[in-house]
Amino acid sequence: MHELSLVADLFTIIEQQANQAGAKKVTKVVVSVGELSGVVPELFRSAFQSYKKGTIADKARLQLKMVKIKFKCRSCDQEITARNIMDESFSYVCPACGSKEMELIAGRDLYLEKLEIET
Amino acid sequence: MEQKKKELLVLEDILGSNKKIAGQIRKKLDEHGILAVNLLSAPGSGKTSLLEKIGLELKDNYRLGVIEGDIETERDADRIRKIGLPAWQITTHGACHLEARMLAKIFDQIPADLNFLFIENVGNLVCPASFDLGEGLRFVLLSVPEGDDKPKKYPEAFITSQVLVLTKCDLLPYLPFDTDRVIKEALEINPHLKVFKTSATTGEGLDELCAFLEEELKLRLSQHA
Repeated sequence: MHELSLVADLFTIIEQQANQAGAKKVTKVVVSVGELSGVVPELFRSAFQSYKKGTIADKARLQLKMVKIKFKCRSCDQEITARNIMDESFSYVCPACGSKEMELIAGRDLYLEKLEIET
Repeated sequence: MEQKKKELLVLEDILGSNKKIAGQIRKKLDEHGILAVNLLSAPGSGKTSLLEKIGLELKDNYRLGVIEGDIETERDADRIRKIGLPAWQITTHGACHLEARMLAKIFDQIPADLNFLFIENVGNLVCPASFDLGEGLRFVLLSVPEGDDKPKKYPEAFITSQVLVLTKCDLLPYLPFDTDRVIKEALEINPHLKVFKTSATTGEGLDELCAFLEEELKLRLSQHA
């Protein structure tokens, strides 16, 4: 349950960005959530709802965009999207060439993608 | 006055402030030649017991320190102090993980001449994995009683670690724990993991683990010299 501390950091960024842009209100917050970011969307959402009260994003809607886990093979450049890392069949081995030199290229990040503001 | 709606592209990492502080801590540790090890595991996997044993084995030849992360109490730090090592307790008062800024607050108390700084994270195999503390190495511990199905159930902890320490291996004869399965599954999600089988009770695997730590320290000192 570390979502509350993440949401606190999210609001620091929201307030900075909104102030810089001269916003009166933030009406929508779009966050990109990697499936391997360790974030539970439901918990993030409820943390957001309780944190937003009294902030510039008081009435804002939260949109979470889930990002799939993606690997790239360092040997043959094959890209693989993992359906689910908890899938029993998942393995860190390239299905095309058998190499174990796989690089995680998407799915770990958690970032604020965009805001909708009223000026 | 008419209100104007506008879209603002931000693209900013929400963990950015933690990563920034972790980067500053890492830089200081490198400058001082300190190897910091962040220990992750579920509660009761034997992090403190392992640290007591490593501490006793290394303390004659190296300067060690331990940061203890717990939700409440100084119990773990007291255990470490009992074996003659300096320990700093961070109580998170409810938070389920350590963050770089919690470390930054007590960082001035850490002597600059340490060789090893062990950071025992809050017992939790999930949340601590998301927070870089500026460590040089991350250990994930898995004890035999927890079961052999954990790596794929808690992938982030195993993917972000460099070392897997199996603990309480003296219990293997009594429990249905398939060591080969754990190692195979852990390597499937992180092929670069180094695996150690240990027991703080019998001392199994501790020499190898300490030798590995000494090698890593040497390697880092030569890189940052």
